[in-house]
Order: sequence, then structure tokens, then C-alpha cells
Amino acid sequence: MVRENFTEQLDHLNSQLVEMGQLAQKAINQSILALQNQDVDQALKVIDEDDKINHLEETINEETIWLIAKEQPLASDLRRLVSTLKITTDLERIGDLAVNIAKSVIRIGDEPLVKPLEDIPRMATITQEMVEDVLNAYASEDLVQAQKVADTDDQVDEMYGKIVQELMEMMAKHPEQIAQITQLAFICRFLERVADHTTNISEGIIYLVKGKVYDLND
Amino acid sequence: MTQAQQTAVKHDAIYSVNQFNLWYGQDHALKDVTFDIPQNQVTAIIGPSGCGKSTFIKSLNRMVEMVPGIKMAGSINYKNKNIFDPKYQVEELRTDVGMVFQKPNPFPKSIYENIVYGPKIHGIKDKQTLDNIVEKSLKSAALWDEVKDRLHENAFGLSGGQQQRLCIARSLAIEPDVILMDEPTSALDPISTLKIEELVQSLKEDYSIVIVTHNMQQAARISDKTAFFLNGEVIEYDDTNQLFSNPSDQRTEDYITGRFG
Repeated sequence: MVRENFTEQLDHLNSQLVEMGQLAQKAINQSILALQNQDVDQALKVIDEDDKINHLEETINEETIWLIAKEQPLASDLRRLVSTLKITTDLERIGDLAVNIAKSVIRIGDEPLVKPLEDIPRMATITQEMVEDVLNAYASEDLVQAQKVADTDDQVDEMYGKIVQELMEMMAKHPEQIAQITQLAFICRFLERVADHTTNISEGIIYLVKGKVYDLND
Repeated sequence: MTQAQQTAVKHDAIYSVNQFNLWYGQDHALKDVTFDIPQNQVTAIIGPSGCGKSTFIKSLNRMVEMVPGIKMAGSINYKNKNIFDPKYQVEELRTDVGMVFQKPNPFPKSIYENIVYGPKIHGIKDKQTLDNIVEKSLKSAALWDEVKDRLHENAFGLSGGQQQRLCIARSLAIEPDVILMDEPTSALDPISTLKIEELVQSLKEDYSIVIVTHNMQQAARISDKTAFFLNGEVIEYDDTNQLFSNPSDQRTEDYITGRFG
């Protein structure tokens, strides 16, 4: 086959992107576990490991830019490289949001929670599934699954609105717990942002496969 | 034809090619070629060697007729007249349609004489008029500033890139409507190539340009429409940005991504 070298480099880029996706997914999962167990050590580990994701983003972007410069890609090659640049940005942000969640967990510390966690873990589960599904959709270039992830985002947005409303009511009842409740509200916000980034990745997948740009956030 | 191809066909066509076929003896070199070449636009012709690109572009000014043993069917209309109609005067067509080749081919004469050669044949004798044509053509070809002080020196003293721009200036001197370019930059260095590309962009205000190129990025940079030829057939004809970012035919995809050809 012609352009064997280029094809190999595209494959290599692809496997690095998959690895970055797995690290971002792990970061989110670990930060949620840290929250549920109020485990500060676990949270610190999430913060520590974010460097790996950041480095991988840099490496992937540098390689992508170099491939664009030297191979002058067109058609699906070009779309793959452009969507790689977009997707790494979203994965890096997901990593950062895991760090934000971890920081909130540290701020809450081992102080007893104002009420047992129920809704936030449910919201987290859906968001984690979105991350997992969108990575699978990328690996298999599955448009149906990508669309499904984007559709699920509405659910997360709705839960976010509801939970924040409840947390605000709780603030009124327990003013002495405002600091902790604020951190919980932040965590909801971070999860909602993670879901938004998975939706962006879905758009990247659709662009990669069909060459069309859709705004799935509407 | 796909829907994208149909909508890509515009009505302000300078050429309208319809079911055009050409044979070199037994060799069927062009097969049912059908598409419109729009006015004041740059149309790029791409495809692997031997796909019929050059045959096609040479059909547009009937240069292909100089090859013995060819046979043709179908029509190529230029401004609504079939150029292969026996009543159509080839001289009339060549006055309207200039051509620039792969290798710069100036005449072994001065820069000035290269430019005025065509106009003189067309009967222009007045020195002032010829001077004006020389200046205007060289300016249009972005060569004037580089050669204005040595117009009467031999054209062979120019660099390859300058010679090619001189050939473009020479084709402009007869005030054509169309300029055909057959790989005009493949023998040039990168800077001369970029100068020609910029020139092509500025010329399309006044001319319709058809350019054969092996350089995909060049086609992407300078053309408005692109036709992909393969084995004598037009596989895909579309807006250039569409064809290079999201082609509708897998064979186009394979060719422009360098997977074959």
C-alpha cells in the first residue's frame, strides 16, 4: 500500500488518543470514588496523575500538527487529524474537571456530610457511562452511539438543575454547612461540564466519519 | 451524477462538455465526459498519469486534433457553440483560448517580441499600441517590474519562473477569455510556483482558467471547482473545498489521500 508510513503514524496517534481517553475516564471514576469514600488520599492521587493526561495531550497535538505539516492530509485523513486536535482538548478538560472534583473532595475533607449522597452519585454514574460510551463510539466510529451520548446530555442537564435547586434549599436550612454544600454544588457543575465535553467529542466523531459539523449541545 | 455534482453545475458556463468521447486509435481515452466549466473561475483537473487530463485540456482548444488517428464523439460547447462543428474556425477559438504548458517555452526572441508575436499576427502594427500591450500583459503576469528595463534582451536569459510568467503574459497579449494551463508549475521552484498561483488567483477576475495539476494542495489552494479524472472518466466534479475535504466517491478519496495513483 502507498503511504504505509503515514498510515502507521495515524494508527499510532489513534492509540495514543485511546490511551488518553482511558486516563481521563479513570480520573473521573477515581474522583467520584474519592467523593463517595471521602478519601483525601485518593483525591490527591487524581490531582497527581493529571500530569500524564496533560503530557499526552501535548504529545498528541505536536505529532498531529507535524503530520498536517509534512503529509498535507486531505479528505478523511485531514478530518481525522482535525478531530484528534479537538478531541484531545475535550479529554484534557475532562481530566481537569476530575482534578476540580478531587479538590472539592479535599475541601470537604472528613467532615460528616449534610445528608447521604444519592443524587450526585446517580448523576456521576450517567456521566461516567457517557465518557465510556463516547470512547467506544470513537474507537468503533459508531455514529449511533455518538448520537446516543449527545442525547443523554439532556438528562444530565436536567439532573444538574434539580440537584442544585435542592442544594440551595439545603443552604437555607443549614447555613452553618454552606461551605460543604457549595463544594457539592461545584461537583455537580463539574460533572455537568464533563457531560458537555463528551457531547463535543460526539460531534468530533460525527465530523470524522461524515465530514459534517453538527452542534449537538442544542 | 450525485446530487452534489448536479448542484455544482452552474449556469454561467463558458464551456459545456457533453458526453464527450475521444479515442486514440483503439484506445478509449475520454469516456462520456460531461461537465460545465464556469466563467471567471479556476477549474482544476486532477487524476493519475494517463487518466486523460491532458487529452481533455487539449480538446478544449482543439490542439488534440493534431494527433493523427483520433476519433471523437459528443460535444464541447464554447460559449454555446460546438467547437468541433466543421464550420467552427479553429483560429477563432485559439484567439479566445490561450494555453500555457508544463515547461516554459518562450520563443528564441526578445521579451518584447515574445509578447507582440500574437498581436502582430492578428494585424496590429502600431508601435504605441504594441508597447501598451507589452506593458499591460507583463503587468498582468506580475513580471513587468522584473523585466521592464530589459525588454529587448533574449527571453532565454530569464529564470524558469520568469519564463513561465512570460508565457502567461504572451497568452494574455491576445486578450483571450480562457487560459488553459497544463501543469504550469511542475518545472518550477517553490517561490516561482507560489507567484504563478497568486497570478492565477488574480487573473480569474478577467479570465476563466482551467489548470491541470498533479499537486493536490495546489488544486485546493487555487481552484474553485475540481474535476477528478480516472481512466478517461470524470469520477467526481464538485466545489474544490467539498472535493478535498469530503469527497463523495471512494476512488476520489483514495486518490487524494495518496492511497493509489
